[in-house]
Parts: sequence; C-alpha cells; structure tokens
Amino acid sequence: MLEWRRRREPSKAMLYLSPLIAIGLTMLTGMLVFGAIGYDGLRAVTAIFITPLIEPQRWADLGVKAAPLIMIALGLAIGFRANVWNIGAEGQYVMGAIAGTGVALLTHDMTGWWILPAMALAGILGGAAYAAVPALLKVRLQVSEILTSLMLTYVAVQFLYYLVRGPWKDPDGFNFPQTKMFSGSQTLPAVAEGSLVHVGVPLAILLALIAWFVLSKTVAGYAVRVVGRAPAAARHGGFDANRVTWAVLLTGGGLAGLAGLLEAAGPFGQLTPQFPVGYGFTAIIVAFLGRLSPVGIVFGALVLAVTYVGGEIAQSTVRLPSAATGMFQALLLFFLLATDVLVRWRLAWKARPAKVAP
Amino acid sequence: MTAAILVSIFMTLAAAATPILLAALGELVTEKAGVLNLGVEGMMLCGAVAGFAVAYSTGSVALGLIAATLAGVAAAMIFALLTLGLGSNQVATGLALTIFGIGASSLIGAGFVGRTITRLGPLFPADYAAHPWLRLVFGHDAIVYLSLALVLAVGLFLRRTRAGLILRAVGENADSAHAIGYRVLAIRTAATAFGGALAGLGGAYFSLALTPMWADRLTAGRGWIALALVVFAAWKPGRLLIGAYLFGAVATFELQAKAAGWSFVAPEVLAMTPYLATIVVLTMMSLGRRTGGRDAPACLGKPFPAQ
Amino acid sequence: MTQPPDQTAPSRLALAHVSKSFPGVKANQDISLSVRPGEIHALLGENGAGKSTLVKIIYGVQRADEGQISFDGRPVEIASPKAARKLGIGMVFQHFSLFDGMTVLENIALGLDETVPPEELKARIKAILDSYSLPLDPDREVHTLSVGERQRIEIVRCLLQKPKLLIMDEPTSVLTPQEVERLFETLRQIAAEGCSILYISHKLHEIKALCEAATILRAGRVVAACDPRIETTQRMAELMIGAELKYLQRPAASKQGAARLSVERLDMPGEPPFGTSLKGISFSAQAGEILGIAGVAGNGQAELLTALSGEHLAGRADAIKLDGRPIGRSDAGARRAAGLACVPEERNGHAAVPEFTLAENVVLTARHRLPLAPSGLIRQGPVERYAGDVIARFDVRTTGSSALAGSLSGGNLQKFIMGREIGQRPDVLVVAQPTWGVDAGAAAAIRQALVDLAAQGSAIVVISQDLDELLELSDRLCVINEGRLSQARPVAGLKLEEIGLLMGGVHGESHVAEPAHA
Repeated sequence: MLEWRRRREPSKAMLYLSPLIAIGLTMLTGMLVFGAIGYDGLRAVTAIFITPLIEPQRWADLGVKAAPLIMIALGLAIGFRANVWNIGAEGQYVMGAIAGTGVALLTHDMTGWWILPAMALAGILGGAAYAAVPALLKVRLQVSEILTSLMLTYVAVQFLYYLVRGPWKDPDGFNFPQTKMFSGSQTLPAVAEGSLVHVGVPLAILLALIAWFVLSKTVAGYAVRVVGRAPAAARHGGFDANRVTWAVLLTGGGLAGLAGLLEAAGPFGQLTPQFPVGYGFTAIIVAFLGRLSPVGIVFGALVLAVTYVGGEIAQSTVRLPSAATGMFQALLLFFLLATDVLVRWRLAWKARPAKVAP
Repeated sequence: MTAAILVSIFMTLAAAATPILLAALGELVTEKAGVLNLGVEGMMLCGAVAGFAVAYSTGSVALGLIAATLAGVAAAMIFALLTLGLGSNQVATGLALTIFGIGASSLIGAGFVGRTITRLGPLFPADYAAHPWLRLVFGHDAIVYLSLALVLAVGLFLRRTRAGLILRAVGENADSAHAIGYRVLAIRTAATAFGGALAGLGGAYFSLALTPMWADRLTAGRGWIALALVVFAAWKPGRLLIGAYLFGAVATFELQAKAAGWSFVAPEVLAMTPYLATIVVLTMMSLGRRTGGRDAPACLGKPFPAQ
Repeated sequence: MTQPPDQTAPSRLALAHVSKSFPGVKANQDISLSVRPGEIHALLGENGAGKSTLVKIIYGVQRADEGQISFDGRPVEIASPKAARKLGIGMVFQHFSLFDGMTVLENIALGLDETVPPEELKARIKAILDSYSLPLDPDREVHTLSVGERQRIEIVRCLLQKPKLLIMDEPTSVLTPQEVERLFETLRQIAAEGCSILYISHKLHEIKALCEAATILRAGRVVAACDPRIETTQRMAELMIGAELKYLQRPAASKQGAARLSVERLDMPGEPPFGTSLKGISFSAQAGEILGIAGVAGNGQAELLTALSGEHLAGRADAIKLDGRPIGRSDAGARRAAGLACVPEERNGHAAVPEFTLAENVVLTARHRLPLAPSGLIRQGPVERYAGDVIARFDVRTTGSSALAGSLSGGNLQKFIMGREIGQRPDVLVVAQPTWGVDAGAAAAIRQALVDLAAQGSAIVVISQDLDELLELSDRLCVINEGRLSQARPVAGLKLEEIGLLMGGVHGESHVAEPAHA
C-alpha cells in the first residue's frame, strides 16, 4: 500500500517538478474530457499545447500575449508573497489603459518622443491609484482586499464602457463604441522592422529580472517575504506590515496599469469594449504556475500564452469552443495546487512495523 | 394602483435577493466550520449552467434545480479535496474554483446561448395571489420560500442543536475539536458541501427563475457579493436576511431606474451601483466593528492540521 | 487517601512492551507499567522523554506500533479518544482543548459523547462542582476565565463521564502555588473515590507530595519505577536526567551598576479580542543584573515583551528608557540598533520564520547592529558567516546555515535564537521562557549564556512561568498579574508563599506604591 509521508524539509526538486507534472496531468485530463464529449482529444491537446511551440510563425504572438501576463503576474506574486490578495488586477489593468488613453486623446494632434513615456507613466499611475483604494481600506479599516479589489474590477469595466460609448467615442467611427485609433507616436514600436513583437516584450522580461533582484537580494524584498510568511516575526524584526501592504498593492496596480497601457498602445491601438480580455485573472494562474517567483513567472506566462494561441488554433482545426481555453487554464491551476502537496509530502510504500527480535 | 406597483417592486426585490441569500447562507455555514471558500461565484455558475442544461433537455425546472444543487456540491468537493485533503491554500483554491466555474459554465453553456425555457412559476395557484397584498404573501416561487425557511433552519441549527455546536467548535478551534475526538476534516467537508449545494441552487435561480435563458457569466459577480454579505452579517443568519434584501433593493433600484429611462444617469453608472454599494457597506461595517468584539470564526481560513 | 488501594484487584491500567516510533525518533521503546485502582501514579521524565506520546497512546490519540494495553485486567484496543472515554479513561491535556469564544457550558457539552439537554447538563455540572467544592460559572465565556478555572472545565468534563482513570498532563505548569494546592486536594478526593490518576510531570516536589508510585522515563525508555514517598528528590532527578546534576556557575558576587533599562508607568491596551492590558508597569534592570518576572500565563507577559521590543509602541517616549535615553516611541529596529534585544516566547513564527533558512533568520533581527545589509542590499557573505558563528558558538545541531529553521528541534532553534541575540552583545536583553520545551543540556547552556552576558555588564530581564528557573537565575524578582507588575524584591530570602500570593493577585504593598489614579 502507498501512504503519504511528511518530508523533513520541503523538496527542492518537487518545487520545480510539480508545475511540469501539473501541465502533464492537465493535458491528459483535457484529452480524456474532450475525447469523452465527442472531440478529437489528442488533436485538441496537441493543437493547444504543442502546435504554438513548434510553428515559428506563432512565436511572435506568444511573446505579445506573454508580456502583459508577465507584468501583471509579477505584481500579483509580490502581493501574494506578502499575503496580500489583490485579485482585481483586471480592474487596474483597465484603469491603466484608460489613464494612458486619456493622455493619448489629449496629445492626439502632437508628435514627439515624450508622448509614449507620458502615456506609460499615466498607465502606471492609473493602475496604482486604483489599487490604492483597496490598500487604504485594508490598512485603515481591515477591509478584505480580496473583495474590494474584485468589486472595483466590475466598476472599472463599466467605466470603460461608459467612456467608449459616451465622451470618448470616436466621432468618425460610424457610431461604433470605440476611441480614435492612436497616432504613430502613440503606438508601441516593434523590436525589429516588420515584427509583431513590440517593445513591451523585452520590457516585461527586464521587469522580471528587476523583481527577482529586489525580492531575493534586498531588505525591501525580504520585508515582503517575511510579512507574508510570519507577520509576528516581521513585526519583531522591525518591519511595518502596513507599509508593505501599501507597497505591494501600489506596485501590483502600477504593473497591471502599465500592462494595460501597453496592450492599448500595442495590439489594440485604441480602447474598445472588447479590451478587458481577462489577463488580470489569467495572471493569477501565471503567478502560481511560476511559484510566485519572477523567473518562474516568465515561463508560466509562456505556458498560458501557449494555451491562448493554441486555443485559437484548436478553434479552427478541431472546432473546439473558445471557452475550452479557460477550462484548460482552470484545470492547470487545480492540478498545480494539487501537486503542491508533493513539495511537503512524499508517497512511499507502507512499511510494516518491523518486529524487533527479542 | 400604487399598491400594485409597490407590491410589484417588492416582488422584484425578493427575487433579486434570493440567489444571493442562498449562496451567502451556504457560505456562512462553510465559514462557521472554519473554511473560507472564495469559489462561491464559480459554484454558482456551475449550478446555473447545470440547472439550465437539465431543465432545457428534460423540460423540468424541478430536475434542473436538483441538478444545480448537485453540481454545486460537486464543485465544492473539488475545493474540499484540494484544501482539506491535500492542504492547499484556501484563498488560492477558491480563486481557482471561480476561474474553473467561469470556464466550465461557458464551455457547457456554449450550446445554450440564447435558448430560453419556461421560468420557475409561483408556488401557489394564481387565485391566491389575485389581490396585490395577497400576492406579497402567496405570489413567490418555491425557492423564495425555501430560502426564507433555510435562514430559520440554519439559525436554529447553529444555535440550538448539538451538531451546530460541534460545527461552530470546529471553526472556533480545530485543534481543540480534534483533541476531543471530533473529525475536523469530515465536518468541514460536510459544511463545504452544504455551501456548494446552496451556491449551486442560488446560481440556478439566475438561469431558471430570474432570466430564463442562458448567457455567459450570468451571475455577474453575485457570488462575490454573497461573500461580502457574510462579513456584513457578522456570520449571523438573521442579519444575512436583512443584508440580502437590502442588496435586492439596490438591484431593484438599478432595474427601475433603467426601466424609467433616467437620462441623467448613464446606464453604466447604474450598473456599477451594486459593486460600489458592497464596498461602501464593507467599509461601514469595519467602521462599526472597531469598537471591539470579534465576529469571524477564529479558525477561518486556517489549514488543519497546521502546516 | 482514606483507604489503601486494593492490592488484590487487577491493575486498572497495565502496559506491556509498548513501543512507538516516528520518522527519525523512537518515542517509546518497550514500556511496561501498571496502575492500581485508586492509585495516583506519577509518570516522570524530562521534556522529550516520551511521556506525552505514551499518554496519547493510552488516550487513543495515537496508536502504538507494538505492545499490549490492558484495562481492568482485559486486553483492549484503544482506537480513538472516544473509545478511551467509553472505557472510562479521561484526560486533561497540558494544552487545554477549549473554545475561547464559547461558554463553559458549551465547552463541557462539546466534551461529552452524548447529547444532554442544557438544563440537565447544568444540574449535573452543579452537582460535581458542589461535591468537589470547585467554583465555576457555567455561563461565562472561556476567554474571561483564569488558567486555573479553565483547567477546572477540563476536569469537570472528565468527571461527568465517571472515569476510572484520569490522566493529567503537566497540570501545574501554568498554576500558582495556591492553585496547585487546591488541585491536589481535588485529585486526592477523586482518587479516594476509587479513580486512578496518571500524573505526568517533571516537578519532583509535586510528585513527592501527591503520588504513591512513579515510573521514570528517559529517552523513550523506562529507567526506574519507585515509590516517590521514600525515594530522595536528588536520586529521582538523576534518574530522570541521566547524569549528575550540574549547577549554574555564577560570579561570586554579582556587581550591580547603573540602571540600563528603566520602565516608568507603561500603559498599553490589550489587543482585541482577548489581550491583556498593561497597567502602570514600572521597573528597572541594572547593568550586570538578571531581573526575573514571574507570573501565570496570560497575565500580560506577551504584551510586556512586545511593548519592550517595540512591536507595539508606548504612548510616551519616556515610558521606556535605555541608558537614560527615551525609546518608548522608537520602532523595533531603532531599539535594536540602540542596544535593546528581545526574544519572545514563541519561536516558530515570532522569534524566527520556520520556512526561512538560518542565514535568512539572521537578517530578521541582526541587520540593525551588524553590517549585514547597509544601504538596503543584503550581503550574503557576512550573513552566512554570522549564522555560522552562532551555530558554532552555541553548539546548534544542524546541517548548516542553509538549513530551514523549521527543521531544527525546539531546543536547537532556541539555542540559535539566543545565540543570534547574544552574539550582537546587546546592552539589554529581554527574554521570555528561555528554556520552554528545551532538553536539560540545552537549557543549562542557555542559562549559562545568560549569566555570562550579565557578567559582561548587560542587563537581562527573564520573563518566565517556571519559578524554579527564575529562583535559580535571577538577582531580583517581580510578579506580573493581570497586567500589573509588583515591586522587584531580591531573590535571596524570598519565600515561595509570598511569590505565590503575588501570582494569585494579592498585591500587598505594590498597590500602595502605585500612583493614586491607577
């Protein structure tokens, strides 16, 4: 018989292996489930998880989809590390895009190198300001940031609808609910001539490296980790949990806001009601898949980007509904949480109690 | 004439309050046992889609309601398996459950988008409710009465029965309960299942009674509002009833304002009101609570056995 | 002890060759003992000797790997606490199984295996309270009760089941001397009615006063069985510890200097829901001195420690002074930098982070006085060197500075934490329960380190519930009770009864010394 045994120390190997096991289990389950409901399970799983990786023409798309996921997940992971559960990144992402678009609409007739940085700054500030609301309520009144940040997401989305249907509607847009297209100096440049990959992609990787450095090498990063792990010890060590709460929420909001602005000034080029695509929620999965570590998040974002791109492929090849992508992503998170148990516990053959010779 | 309008407004209010009341009542029992299941929204969506699918295919709303309840329990059992069985983080797993519910309902519901069914009708024959005031008493559907009965039942269960005492004890101090010999994980699993059942039923109320047709993300964040309501109610069933009907009033206001075609408020602003109201209420609760006292179960969200 | 135990009846409880292992530890090996009806039987041993595991096996919390248990002459399998209670075994744990937010009545009802209507239960509780003359109000919420009263809930829970064997696990560790006396009277009465008592302790004078038989455990084995009324205390102590007793080496006469830490009229509200408020705390600790603060658990010790460490700030800066400088409004980091170090009682999650390595735990409290992270960047080299030094100097048994703190045994982690603070040469060290749950060897090393630090001119404050330890270590002693601190008295010539009265809340002169408004 097999039995669970507690490890004396968490397993380092399992820390890295369990996400891979989770991905494997997700593919297997997906194959069986979609097979059972009448799809070609093997082809569906191949299309979703494998095809985007082996077809070079998809790689640019992977990078473009991974970039916002990396940025948002970094901010979320820093918060989760500190036991601050900002789950309203989607709202901060939308608010960042709205703030940046505000600058874009003001500067629509101008040109200059400073316009994009100004939009980015507005995006960061917009996201951070929106995250400041749950921060204030949590620090001052101990209101759960989980509920407030999430409620604010619904508010942000409605605000976006209001803007694109009302004051920001493009007068020359045939009454479509959308803003004007951004001008040339308001659109993200590509990393190379003719490439789809915009500068947000290398920027996301750079931010991941910075986050890694801060978290593992500085007292500020230490503060985040210790406040999350052992709040009493953090107080004992002279760390202020409220300051950490403020810092991680503002950072998370800022990063989500920046991601929103880059998405608006990159792939979208304007704001439309279709803008909130759920990256803020998917980034939660990315953060866990990356084990809340910045380097892991880059890989986690890549995996989730693969499921997005692959999901689109599977729609055309196997006629899988678009909702299947969300299912796969949720399954992945479930398996990840389940396989986490292997870090602290191991399976062993049940030994019969050894009889000691008299 | 005015009476008829007032009664009609109250009927809308009760209907808007009922699904949230159900989901929040289930979550209250779950939390009383010390389990924080943030996946209410996901469980509601599972219930909503299962209820609609079964009601659509069989033509029986009753079967749909049963299926929804079971779907809610099934979703809750995924949560129980992960958090109680494998010791995963309750917050993260609850989020996962919500993401799963959104994905699963949207996948299963893809074939039903735009389809309609005959909605759940009033429990009593129409002649009972011929007079407007009688309609107030006899004009609701079965789930409204069920939700009110459940508030009473849960209140009595927690306060007056030994099983309720044990459930509260497990949420108050799991280690002590274990030391005395209670099966903490079994009790928590049962409480989580109850929460799932009511969330599933509450979700089905959307697809079978409120809007008898399927649309993606039909519950629109009501599961999260149910979670907030438990905090608002300070984990007391009676206050939950008040909170849910207050929320129903906000939702009814939104509907009435839209119907009246108020041009000075954008419809998007009206659509924000439930969420903003929730934040305001949570804030006011915190202001009120600062005078002292403790409402939440002491072990809420803490893993057992401790990591 | 009205009647002698029946010699002819079968043993109430008999263990034969019981063994139990955990990964890496043999907790119990080949243990045999027997308890007669109506006997008060001591199970004596140090922390870690295997007493707790053994009683958990008897009470059905854990299963033995090997061996046989008999009850009233019949072999039994005790699969769960419920099965144990069905046999007639009751247990009062060292850590009470109580629910703070619930009433006494609810707590007792939860301890019963059958449903009893509240009114009937109240009547039955009243009958027991009367027959043992125990005062307890069934309608009070547990968090409002003293530790002694809480213990009574546990005892009443057991007595309601009419037990034949009552297990008491370290019942006096949190009681005042007067409460101990009262408990002993109750236990004697219970035994006189025929119920056997298995009494777990490491306090020899209590066992001599109460028990008729004793089984001594060391490192998981039975090393002796004796009659404690006849055996000398010295001999039992040596059997228990397994070596000749070592005494603390102290400088001949402790030279006392100027006040290094002085606290004047420190007030602090307790944290809701169940914290204790500090009221007008005043004391001072001089250079070269060890000041002991005694008291029953939950009387404000934790609050006092966090008030001194800076985890909670005082209302006035001059409420706490370090070498004359007011630091009451300085945060924890600033106080450490100034030379005040603190070690809280709880090691895991307060003094140290179990999921962090030892090196990372050094950063927690040593970065203010040592150049480990100037300008906000953690310097890995110096951090690991300092962790290594602490491990070597304090003989911490571990695989190295990259071991997780949570992987160390309690005693080793405590040595590491004490070493981390002492190695920074603090001017004042405040430490709570320095040897709680630590084996004798490590405890001796920790006490010696405290004495040595004081000898170098630091002032040391030891907050402890262990009176024996305080009497051995301290130069002066005061008592904390309900958030108030008595005046400090020299330990030489102090009577145990006096301390006991102070612990129980009879303040004597300390009230007079307080300002009129308090």
